[in-house]
Amino acid sequence: MASKTFFWQGNEACVEAAIIAGCRFFAGYPISPANEISEYMAERLPKVGGIFMQMEDEIASIGAVMGASWCGEKAMTATSGPGFSLMQETLGWGFMTETPCVVVDVQRVGPGTGQATKAAQGDVMQARWGTHGDYSVIALSPNSVQEMFEVTIRAFNLAEKYRTPVIVLTDEIIAHVREQVVIPPLEDVTIINRKKPKAEDKIFFGLENVAPMPSVGEGFNVAVTASTHDEYGVRFTADPKVHRRMVEAINNKIKKSVDDIVEVENYNIDDCRVGIVSFGCTSRAVYEAVEAAEAKGIKAGYVRLKTIWPLPEKQIRRLAESAERIIVPEMNLGQLYHEVKRIACSRDVVPLNKIGGGEMITPEEILAEILRGR
Amino acid sequence: MGEAFSSRSYMRDLKLPFCPGCGLFALSDTFLRAVYELGYKDLSNFIFTSGIGCTSWIPSPYFKADSVHTLHGRSIPPATSIKLLKPDFHVVVFGGDGDIVGIGLSHFIHAARRNTDILVIMGNNMVYGMTGGQVAPTTPYKAHTTTTPYGSFEHPLDAAKLAVAAGAAYVARWTTAHLSELKGSIKKAIQLQGFRFIEVVTQCPTAYGRRVGFKNVGEMLRWFKENSIPVKQAEGMSEEELEGKIVVGEFVERKRPTLVENVRALLKEAQKGGKKD
Repeated sequence: MASKTFFWQGNEACVEAAIIAGCRFFAGYPISPANEISEYMAERLPKVGGIFMQMEDEIASIGAVMGASWCGEKAMTATSGPGFSLMQETLGWGFMTETPCVVVDVQRVGPGTGQATKAAQGDVMQARWGTHGDYSVIALSPNSVQEMFEVTIRAFNLAEKYRTPVIVLTDEIIAHVREQVVIPPLEDVTIINRKKPKAEDKIFFGLENVAPMPSVGEGFNVAVTASTHDEYGVRFTADPKVHRRMVEAINNKIKKSVDDIVEVENYNIDDCRVGIVSFGCTSRAVYEAVEAAEAKGIKAGYVRLKTIWPLPEKQIRRLAESAERIIVPEMNLGQLYHEVKRIACSRDVVPLNKIGGGEMITPEEILAEILRGR
Repeated sequence: MGEAFSSRSYMRDLKLPFCPGCGLFALSDTFLRAVYELGYKDLSNFIFTSGIGCTSWIPSPYFKADSVHTLHGRSIPPATSIKLLKPDFHVVVFGGDGDIVGIGLSHFIHAARRNTDILVIMGNNMVYGMTGGQVAPTTPYKAHTTTTPYGSFEHPLDAAKLAVAAGAAYVARWTTAHLSELKGSIKKAIQLQGFRFIEVVTQCPTAYGRRVGFKNVGEMLRWFKENSIPVKQAEGMSEEELEGKIVVGEFVERKRPTLVENVRALLKEAQKGGKKD
């Protein structure tokens, strides 16, 4: 089979990728700017034998997704900031029960209703710390329609591999821009499916090397609960030892696999005076700014985060070894900035922020910031 | 029928966590008796979901079965997807009044509207028992709870009537003083399709009974029995006459296309001319 070329918007690429990844259940609730994902899913899923449900709210949507995952299906929902907030409690349920699923957050301007149709990057920390308690999260950030396609497939693969909810943290611009997408021959696409238990298995939770996951209806009598439980699923709601053991396991399974999970795009990071750390739509302006800086004889480099969480600390540290100044442009009032500052504390780390109206940070603004430090 | 009924044969080797005198022992036992009398030797044909609260503990993890113990109020959405994806199983939801018609009310109404093929069994103890006896949407008018020390100034919700209005296929209400009738309704409901709702008014002597003046569980059960009015009789009574009464019986039994049937038809329609990838 040959590769195929399409002209898609980000939300459409996300749907096609999900179907290729094996997604056969989607539940969602209308919200801008994620609506096209629901609309395409409603049309596409039944054709491949999948089920689409529009639920009564975002809480029900992610709840239905969790139920579908326990039936053995790959399942997904898509939303934006306000809906993402409503989903946080159930996301915590997903981390604690180790339920694979994909949540797409098409970021828009907040807080509150904010500006519903305008792009922003204000959910970086909500994606990391949105629910209560101690957990580790995987969040991926595409910066093109092509990458929306690739990242969505990867999100399903990581969800299945590590048995955890995975967040696709995108934004209105990537979701709505139309670009060329090349789909490789399907036999060249890596698809990962969850580890299933053997008939004699009894342990289904809390293993650092990821416990096998039964489905309901398979005869395993699995007890699924987000209350503190042991490896067999039995509740221990007061025992400190069981809680520590289980929560450390669900954190360590992500922490010890950072190198497998993290993906970045590096440019000139070992030989630059000025470094830029960016993600999502904003990183598109970085390319042009760095080129312009080089034309003026300034050595500039960047780390572009395709994985936001777990944070690519190693790569940012490497950038900080050569760059005296690190600029962190983002469409919020400074979220990723604090993480970069923490890692590159001996360097001059500079936030470059813009919010409102969906206005992007321009290459000129980034260039001006590069030149200011000269 | 072979072997005599034993609830233990359907349960994990764990002790139910309820307070002495709690009505949920009887509810758990009655459900399992119904299952037994329908000829199920185990629970392998059932999948349970529940939320947070005492009633939600009945299946999870005490039933030897697949059970998905969800968040407070959120048992119905996962039950919906589970039924759609595992249509050959009986999907049964256990929850309390706070869980099902307090925090989770929206899901309850929409599941009835969709005629989702699940059986929801709601233990209504008229209070938030697990958290210490706070006022619930089902607490009787003027009743004293830990958060209504001067008496409840809100009117209680009639969950059974609401389920009928929202489109449920089968609705019944009994109390723990009507275990035989309750068992009959559970048996019937398991065999029906669509959204089925059984409300079970149950005693919480710890967090409710003692605060509203009942000296013991017997008094509470007597109160249930003496205050219960059969549906047919209630039809001829005024709102004032029904104040503080418990209307018991079957509220509705009807056929209407169910969610599973509708989704099946949709898939068939969408795949005319074969599955397309």
